Amino acid sequence: MTFGSINDTRWSILATCLLVVAGAAFLGWAREPRELRTDPPVVADLDRFRLMSDGISGAPPESYFAEGKPYESDAYNLSQGQRLYTWFGCQSCHGDGRGNVGPSFLDGWWLYGPETVSIVASIRDGRPHGMPAFRDQMTIEQIWQLAGYVQTIGAYSAKVAATGRRDDRYTRPAENRAPAKILFNEGPVGAHPDQGPSP
Amino acid sequence: MRTGRVLLLSIISAVAGCSGNQAALDPQGAPAIHIEHLIIGITIVCTVVWLLVMIVLGWALLRKRSSDSSQPGERSLTMIVGSAVAATVIIIAGLTIASFYTTRGIGLPENAALTITVRAQQWWWQVIYADPDPVLSFQTANEIHIPVGQDVRIQLESADVVHSFWVPSLAGKQDLVPGRSNSLLLRAERPGIYRGQCAEFCGLQHTHMAMMVIADEPADYQRWIAAQRENEAIPTDQDAAAGKIVFLSKPCAACHTVRGTPATGTTGPDLTHVGSRQTIAAGLLETTRGSLAAWIADPQTLKPGNNMPMVPLNSVELRNISAYMESLK
Repeated sequence: MTFGSINDTRWSILATCLLVVAGAAFLGWAREPRELRTDPPVVADLDRFRLMSDGISGAPPESYFAEGKPYESDAYNLSQGQRLYTWFGCQSCHGDGRGNVGPSFLDGWWLYGPETVSIVASIRDGRPHGMPAFRDQMTIEQIWQLAGYVQTIGAYSAKVAATGRRDDRYTRPAENRAPAKILFNEGPVGAHPDQGPSP
Repeated sequence: MRTGRVLLLSIISAVAGCSGNQAALDPQGAPAIHIEHLIIGITIVCTVVWLLVMIVLGWALLRKRSSDSSQPGERSLTMIVGSAVAATVIIIAGLTIASFYTTRGIGLPENAALTITVRAQQWWWQVIYADPDPVLSFQTANEIHIPVGQDVRIQLESADVVHSFWVPSLAGKQDLVPGRSNSLLLRAERPGIYRGQCAEFCGLQHTHMAMMVIADEPADYQRWIAAQRENEAIPTDQDAAAGKIVFLSKPCAACHTVRGTPATGTTGPDLTHVGSRQTIAAGLLETTRGSLAAWIADPQTLKPGNNMPMVPLNSVELRNISAYMESLK
């Protein structure tokens, strides 16, 4: 095979295309290495967040920032959270996120604040008026994954990372389209008196 | 010399695939025997056709072109092409009919004596022996017992993505599609342990998604069924009794069921008789106290990506809990 017949411009275009594809593949790989096994000390540290005295808002452990807030920003963890949402029966009280017996995540109103730590504390320790504690049913890492997912469906602006696709019927906008934003723009609905102390 | 040895080795390794407990060419059940006949038939027919074509081609290439005008006439050319086309049509039609016969042979009979539901999940097999009486229904995982010489209908479902159920020694492949229910006929003519595995790429641990089909004599089968219907074996030794308490107080019980205890989780495999199964984690390891401990201590190192989380346990708790798992015969 001879290369003389192909002129130089075509070669450089081809090389550029290949470079772009290779670069995109590299970026995709480098952006999010999937961490399937978190080191046990890091996981243990996830339990050591501090809450304000009223149980609303607080500070995650230092290691959480060092890891780059994986449970809020990483598609794998969000997808795991989506799974856990079904597996641990969150739907029975919170529906698809619009609430039922329990409060809605999409009404633009966070009873205990929108920070992930508050959500983690709600899941781990439970809250008054019916929210059970999942401390003995899930590992702390699973609780963070689930909290990250819950925060995603109630977020006012869409995240870059998306969860896996669900095959069941869509009853609200998908997770990566900030379903709460639509409702939030209509203004806060306010807390129901039977849904715990209002902030 | 060297080429000869390589050739010999490759033939030996190829022939080694022809027998064993996971081999389509060593069938032990009626559907697999039908499929084997089809494989052999098609191979023989295709080999003969290929040889004939090669002989004709060789003859055409090598024959001396005579200078005198002995070219075949229009008539004999038509004859040759016509008979080749006719032979092709007959052979293809014959193979198609043979394939239809095989499909009929592996089809489900009207009334199979036994129906077992297999629900594939990433990456294990949930096996449900349903009974109209809920007390007699039970679940197990990655191990299917069937009685020898009986038609068994396997109802195939999937919880997440498309998987494929393939026990080469007993039957062909059948997909498990989420939201659908497929059926497959299993029938073993001889008692034995037949290995199967997922035959449709289904994610990270597709390789570690094996299952055992164990064909028992009818009496053994009835004994196995009766044992599986029992609730958990109450732990007798001290380690196992302590392990039960750990099991129930840790997140284990939220995903796994052990009948007879408050543990009723449904997302993980039913562990009521986990100690009686030959392997754990879908054929990953043999069931021993050591492998159970290794699995519980660090599932993400042994089978990265599976849905079992690493539950923090101290060494005493780990020892107790693996003793408890082993005691669940």
